[in-house]
Amino acid sequence: MSLLEVDHLTIDYKTRRGIVRAVNDVSFSMKKGETLGLVGESGSGKSTLGLSLVRLVPFPGVIRSGHIRVEKKDIVSLRDKEMRSIRGSKIAFVFQDPMTSLNPVKRIGDHFIEFLRTHTPHISKKEALKRAKNILDELGIPNERINDYPHQFSGGMRQRIMIGLAIALNPSLVIADEPTTALDVIVQDKILGILKDLSRAHDMALILITHDLSIVLERCDNIFVMYAGHQVEYGKSEELYRDPKHPYTQKLLQSIPNIELADQKLDAIPGSPPDLLNLPKGCPFWPRCPHVMAICRIKVPPIISLGSGHLVKCFLYGGTES
Amino acid sequence: MIFIGILIVFSIIVMTLLGPWIAPHDPFKPGVGPPRSPPTSEFPFGTTRLGQDMLSRVLTGGAVMLQVAFLSALLCFVLGVPIGLFSSYVGGKTDKIFSMVMDSLYAFPGLVLAIAIAAMFERGVISMSFAIAVVYIPSYFRIVRSQVLTIKELPYTMAAKAAGAKWHTVLSRHILPNVIPSIVVVMSVNFADAILTAAGLTFVGLGVSVDVPDWGYDLTSGRKDLASGMWWVITFPGLMIILLALGFTLIGEGLSELTSPRLKE
Repeated sequence: MSLLEVDHLTIDYKTRRGIVRAVNDVSFSMKKGETLGLVGESGSGKSTLGLSLVRLVPFPGVIRSGHIRVEKKDIVSLRDKEMRSIRGSKIAFVFQDPMTSLNPVKRIGDHFIEFLRTHTPHISKKEALKRAKNILDELGIPNERINDYPHQFSGGMRQRIMIGLAIALNPSLVIADEPTTALDVIVQDKILGILKDLSRAHDMALILITHDLSIVLERCDNIFVMYAGHQVEYGKSEELYRDPKHPYTQKLLQSIPNIELADQKLDAIPGSPPDLLNLPKGCPFWPRCPHVMAICRIKVPPIISLGSGHLVKCFLYGGTES
Repeated sequence: MIFIGILIVFSIIVMTLLGPWIAPHDPFKPGVGPPRSPPTSEFPFGTTRLGQDMLSRVLTGGAVMLQVAFLSALLCFVLGVPIGLFSSYVGGKTDKIFSMVMDSLYAFPGLVLAIAIAAMFERGVISMSFAIAVVYIPSYFRIVRSQVLTIKELPYTMAAKAAGAKWHTVLSRHILPNVIPSIVVVMSVNFADAILTAAGLTFVGLGVSVDVPDWGYDLTSGRKDLASGMWWVITFPGLMIILLALGFTLIGEGLSELTSPRLKE
């Protein structure tokens, strides 16, 4: 059964200089317990897409069109009160910067108490603390530190606490927006491992938003690649790794440094991501694309299915006839 | 630090409460001693030009100051903080309107504005406190507003929203506690300021009537006598005001440490 369905979603930011289309006609779906890697450069719309799933797109962003269905319920048109009851309990969020994601004047225990009470008002303080301690245990944080303040923890520990808060109510979906960008590589590996293990243990679906294709390739079931607000490729991780179809994905994979080939010159994608206020006509990637054709400069390519759920938005695989 | 502050303020409160009983003379009665007497063993704080005993006047003169300081700070807190929180959090036009009103209040010289407001009401502690509160509300508003502008963009505010918190929960549980340290600092500074403004109001005759002993009144009226070498008339009430202001400042410092966990260690 599908847990999440995003259907032709378009999100605009109305800025003074014009409309920025951060998410442009994006569709995908997720099953229960599935892990999805959402990959894109800065400004590709991946964070906006993530936030839209809990309807917290920051001002001046608006969901222009499309649907987001969580267990068949369309949350785009949901009333605020119902939306609030979904946030945290059904869909939880782990933010990028663990240093500032915890309230500096609140003890860790208070974070748990308040969070648990938001959704289960009847729970006693004692009960909430007991649950918090169990969660800390599960995350490998000594539970006697429950009365410490956020600044007394290291970055990695804080991110584990954030993850602990996210899973406290057993949500069916956890969205982690670059959860390890602010951490060093060793801690990054640990945190991602924890997220993966928890999602398996609690049967939670996980969306891992990142700019680093390499960290999601081995950890996620499926990969969703975004470029300038467009979805460019979607498919199973192995398939995407073995046989990437979209020129952008191919380039991304080539630009992952290989530790065994020390002398290899790193392959970079020429040019830079487009200005979202001033997108090129047609496919947004054509100015940097090695296989650019005449039609790419005129029309936005359709989404083409290559079988077994592999989707690509590129004229190289068809759609040129119509 | 907070204990020294509380000790000072508490001692002054006790002193003022007990003043009428422990004062050696009637603080108003002229001619209890020789006029313009410098401190002697009989009149340790000297006497005024009318021969009133300064010691008795100092012992009993804190009541007005204390009441005005507390009441005006309370009014500022109750009005300035919620308006600042709300205006800044909501933003947009609401914020523009509130900011404009507050800025125009802020543009007035404090004492002049206080005089104008106090003149509209009957003389008394309440009208004085209100006049002073109006002068200082914009300071609270501005501090709170600028803090909220930063805090509302911080990830933990977003995290609270993403955890399903209501907007007023976000405001009261997550933003307010982080603003309080700054408010407390403003408050301790304003306590001291309020006392001086109260003294100014008394000076122009908008304070409480002259037959209530008041350091502010002595301070301002004693300024004339300073030229003729009567330093004691202004010094002792002045010291009391400084001491009271110091007490409030110490409490403020201590409170700001207590409310922000990072400074506690």
